[in-house]
Amino acid sequence: MKIVVCIKQVPSRDSVLRVNAAGTWIQDADLTYEINEPDAYALEEGLQLKEKQGGEVVALCAGPAGAAQTIREALAKGADRALHIEEENLGAYDPLALARLMAAALTAEKPDLVLTGLQSDDLGYGQTGVILAQLLGVPHATIIMQVEKQEGGIRVKRELEDGWFQHVEMPLPALLTIQSGINKLRYATLMGIKKAKTKEVKRLTAAELGVAPEATIRFARIYLPEKSKHTQILEGAPKEAAAKLVEKLKFEARVL
Amino acid sequence: MIAPGDGWIREEQHGIAGKSTHLNGYPTIEKYMQPFRGVDYLLVDSLFNEEELLVRQTARQFVEDRLMPVIRDCYRDARFPSELIPEMARLGFLGANLEGYGCAGMSNVEYGLIMQELERGDSGLRSFVSVQGALVMYPIYAYGSEQQKQHWLPRLQSGEAIGCFGLTEPGFGSNPAGMKTTARRVGECWVLNGEKTWITNGTASQVAVVWARTDDGIRGFLVEKGTPGYTTSDIHGKWSMRASVTSSLAFADCKIPSANMLPGAKGLKGPLSCLSQARYGIGWGVIGAAMDCYETARQYSIIRKQFDDKPIASHQLVQEKLAWMITEITKAQLLAVHAGRLKDQRKIEPAHISMLKRNNVAIALECARLSRDLLGANGITDEFPIMRHLCNLETVKTYEGTDHIHALVIGERVTGVAAYK
Repeated sequence: MKIVVCIKQVPSRDSVLRVNAAGTWIQDADLTYEINEPDAYALEEGLQLKEKQGGEVVALCAGPAGAAQTIREALAKGADRALHIEEENLGAYDPLALARLMAAALTAEKPDLVLTGLQSDDLGYGQTGVILAQLLGVPHATIIMQVEKQEGGIRVKRELEDGWFQHVEMPLPALLTIQSGINKLRYATLMGIKKAKTKEVKRLTAAELGVAPEATIRFARIYLPEKSKHTQILEGAPKEAAAKLVEKLKFEARVL
Repeated sequence: MIAPGDGWIREEQHGIAGKSTHLNGYPTIEKYMQPFRGVDYLLVDSLFNEEELLVRQTARQFVEDRLMPVIRDCYRDARFPSELIPEMARLGFLGANLEGYGCAGMSNVEYGLIMQELERGDSGLRSFVSVQGALVMYPIYAYGSEQQKQHWLPRLQSGEAIGCFGLTEPGFGSNPAGMKTTARRVGECWVLNGEKTWITNGTASQVAVVWARTDDGIRGFLVEKGTPGYTTSDIHGKWSMRASVTSSLAFADCKIPSANMLPGAKGLKGPLSCLSQARYGIGWGVIGAAMDCYETARQYSIIRKQFDDKPIASHQLVQEKLAWMITEITKAQLLAVHAGRLKDQRKIEPAHISMLKRNNVAIALECARLSRDLLGANGITDEFPIMRHLCNLETVKTYEGTDHIHALVIGERVTGVAAYK
């Protein structure tokens, strides 16, 4: 089974985020980055499927040159090779433009299964995976909690809401967006890290892929949540305070 | 209830995104502390390459996931978490900077970063890995016969066998040249007599690298557990390194095959070269302990309020202590990285390693003391890691060459005059 896992590099979850001087993005000079959390689970699921079924795991990453660190991590954990669509400023593209780039990179690959995280921790559109499935012309299922290979395809378990799950059978090739927590993440072993140095990373650009994405998204302003609630203490005797409270609830909050 | 959709079922299983984040009751201040994410004031990370950062990430995550949940109880119960050995072996931590025989072949900087992360957890865990790699696997690797290497290195790398290193004696610590343990040649055998003490992993070991006086000078021997005349016992009552096994070894007419001598090591420079390996690892390891103390104190000072509902971080005396600590930790990091690069270029000398070990242990100990001070009474409890690190670092100051001895090594280097006697 040939499995492609799409991974994204995002700022570390516990980074101290500061808005840049222009107020358009976060200051990224001293940020540390990590693999997008659901993507880490997608990679692990791909590696486990390969270990059971045989085949190959290819990591696909669209991101700036610095994303090479995240690609190296995927190779160290056991991906066989990687495709790096190397473009700066991909945040200006919408999920459709990004999925077009990724679909173009995958035309020659013809994977049996494409895995993505269900959404990214930074922009969080949750759309890139499903649009990619449409562009590749394969069925998809989202928020996957379990994948089983069976005759002629796969059986997957989707997480719905409020404790509900749905089992779906689907043919291959297919695309799944993976939920965090589906499996137990492995560590990159020291031997794996050393071996990763010799694995192939193919670098591609949008121009080479024949895709000219348009920058459709412009961040107007980024800001920290602004405090909008105020606490008022009603002073005076209980009777007076209660009367004031009722008045406020009637005329200001309008809940009485 | 009828399933609202095709194939829908109801279960108690959720992905991380669906998990409950409500806190039960009122969490203590400890619950507000962030998981350890490293300390990097001066963009020291820019000195590391991709592989080095990945190695550190693996070690850091392992310690966070596997050691942190158990270390407090291990320390209370004076128990080494031996259940972690197989996974550390599988990840490649044992003998990580050696080549071949199943070893990971890491650079010395990568090895150092592993030590840093392990000691961020606990000096006892780092000591275990230091002893196994630098004091047992290294002498076999550097001075052993091919047969000894083939037999022991894969077993030691995989954690199937544990080793210990017997140099220190009850009467001879800083002055190993005075050792009284002897090995006498009798036919095809060596017969060992004497006693070794303060031996990490002693009772847990399948093999001991033992240094003894012979007619031919000091030589190294591999003594296997169960050899008649070889007994071990644990040292109890330690207020330091409680999550580490510390033992005494005794040899009473202990007869071992002549093939168990390390052919390549003759004289004191054999064991001293092993100590250089281990001291190098300590120079990195204690940065981890210092980082953990500093980071705990830093976070605590921002959360803890005292006067006028203001955090204690707003006080100048608190800030001065944090400033001192982060400056010293940064200097220690730079010293370690530079020493590591020199070691990778085979340019490092024992006197360089003395400076690394002595300085970094001293500042780590001071960071532990200052951090304890900043946490006030909370600092003495085992809700926080500081007192544990502080107690451990008192051992680290003494073992593998005391602070004093390393000062004399540096003194001899700059004056040409030895002041050991």
